[in-house]
Amino acid sequence: MYRYDDFDRAFLEERVAQFRDQVSRRLSGELSEDEFKPLRLMNGLYLQLHAYMLRIAVPYGTLSSAQMRRLAEVARRFDRGYGHFTTRQNIQLNWIRLEDAPDAIAALAEVDMHAIQTSGNCIRNVTADQYAGVAADEIEDPRVWAEIIRQWSTLHPEFTFLPRKFKIAVTGAELDRAAIRVHDIGLRMRRDAAGAVGFEVVVGGGLGRTPLVGKTIREFLPKAQLLAYLEAVLRVYNALGRRDNIYKARIKILVHDVGVETMRAMVEEEFAAVRTEGAIALDPDLVATITGHFAPPAYPPAPEAPAEVAVLEGVDRAFARWRRTNTAPHREPGYVIVNLSLKPAGRPPGDATSAEMEAVADMADRFSLGEIRVAHEQNLVLPHVRQADLPGVWEAAKAIGFATPNIGYLTDIIACPGMDYCALATARSIPVAQRISERFRDLDRLHDIGGLRLNISGCINACGHHHVGHIGLLGVDKNGEEFYQITVGGSAEEETAIGRIIGPAVSSADVVDAVERLVEAYVDLRRPGEPFLDAWRRIGPVPFKERVYAAG
Amino acid sequence: MTLQAVTANRLADGAVVFRTPAGAWSTDVAAAAAVATGEAELLKAAEADAARQIVVGPYLIAVAAGAAGPVPTVHRERIRAYGPSIGLPGAGEG
Repeated sequence: MYRYDDFDRAFLEERVAQFRDQVSRRLSGELSEDEFKPLRLMNGLYLQLHAYMLRIAVPYGTLSSAQMRRLAEVARRFDRGYGHFTTRQNIQLNWIRLEDAPDAIAALAEVDMHAIQTSGNCIRNVTADQYAGVAADEIEDPRVWAEIIRQWSTLHPEFTFLPRKFKIAVTGAELDRAAIRVHDIGLRMRRDAAGAVGFEVVVGGGLGRTPLVGKTIREFLPKAQLLAYLEAVLRVYNALGRRDNIYKARIKILVHDVGVETMRAMVEEEFAAVRTEGAIALDPDLVATITGHFAPPAYPPAPEAPAEVAVLEGVDRAFARWRRTNTAPHREPGYVIVNLSLKPAGRPPGDATSAEMEAVADMADRFSLGEIRVAHEQNLVLPHVRQADLPGVWEAAKAIGFATPNIGYLTDIIACPGMDYCALATARSIPVAQRISERFRDLDRLHDIGGLRLNISGCINACGHHHVGHIGLLGVDKNGEEFYQITVGGSAEEETAIGRIIGPAVSSADVVDAVERLVEAYVDLRRPGEPFLDAWRRIGPVPFKERVYAAG
Repeated sequence: MTLQAVTANRLADGAVVFRTPAGAWSTDVAAAAAVATGEAELLKAAEADAARQIVVGPYLIAVAAGAAGPVPTVHRERIRAYGPSIGLPGAGEG
């Protein structure tokens, strides 16, 4: 893991002191809300529907057990004893008091954490594949570059007041686990013909009210040129992005308006200029140092495919099922990646209590070399588990209710906080997620349905990624009543696609039945083994639509 | 007859509050001043409280007269007044 040096720590301490002073001046009346708002947002402090909300950054989704314990402590001491893990791998505390916020931020800084770049029109906290550094299919650890982007972008004077917020995601493998095509910039590590490692650069993706799939503007960018190229993209956006209309201010609109060819040409021209004037020279020693921080841990030897695990799988169907759905192959022989599902039936997706966070920290110390990851699907990951420890991890996960075998299945729902917490929402998300997860709680049925992503957003801003759910639900307000628009066919994976609306929005009372009819239509119409998206693309919308609206 | 009340967030802790007939702020919507006319004056008084750094972002909401006092009529404002419609995961934790 990246470890803060004196520079990082001094910077955070300075930032905490500044924020403490700003809050004190706000409380004394020296600063008005208009003056204070941009300052608090630069420290991740929002004013939401019920209270202040603190969005804490978890850079590229990597946490140590000590950091997780501190999150638990901050949630307990300054909030109501729980937090919400988000689709950008951050965690939100929903009930922070303004007068406590400086102490909360100071407590986080003690473990190298902060809430910087979680708000505002800056380059936001960079996200990455949650399996970074351990995935069997990975080319290189993308966090090295996510960390370099963090160091380059934090307080970057040129990019602190962009036309709009700017989100970058990095993935290190062919399989896209970071949803790179729905980010302002998506980076995918790849090899060129000579075997050198670099990036595919995707620009102009995004969800919200104008969902667009990002376009590749560079098939291969050498690693050493990354910052110069990012600088070129940001400069083109900073100069041409629309500041006159908040709904048209994201880079996706620029790319859409000028077209990918023109965008590519403008970026390449700027890239040449940046390099001519003397681009940021990435000090190879610094890159080596950062790379060293992400070097694989010293894995104690562990047996591959231990017999006791196979035996338990043979006799315990529940264990076998959990292992199949909630674990992933590890690059180190004898090890495995374990997903902890934050989606038990009936619970708000992504929420964890302080006690649960502490239990996860304990599990990380006992079973995962002290490390935890946050997935953008709002689950937690133990990245370094000995296969022989799987039975123990399973028992520990069951004890806190995080062993539901549903990773990638219908009840692994992505949901935004919705109108239960969010000031922008037009409808609730969490209760719908809870009702759907209750309806499909039968595991035989869930597993028979197979892999299926259902995402819910409580408004058009699409924080719940409904556009790229295989099934998406968008909450809308119709004359004061909550209705839900249903989209089908979206995907955030390699073949990224925006789902299409299949018909009129359905009422809150009907939405779970409508989803069930849609899922049953798939089960009836699929060929043996045919995944949902394949069936949808083969059959087309009509039969699904007929079933969904048949009873209406 | 449409009744209106004024809500805001309390500056120091962010709590949702409602302006009372006595000119104080209460976390209980039932204690809110509800007016059929003169809402502009009510809002103006609330804005003066915002300028005095007591509350943040005051605005008018529609309410109905309930048995115990004003009740918000719009769904969003009901959630804001009474809290999330879901059980809080941390409930019961110290």
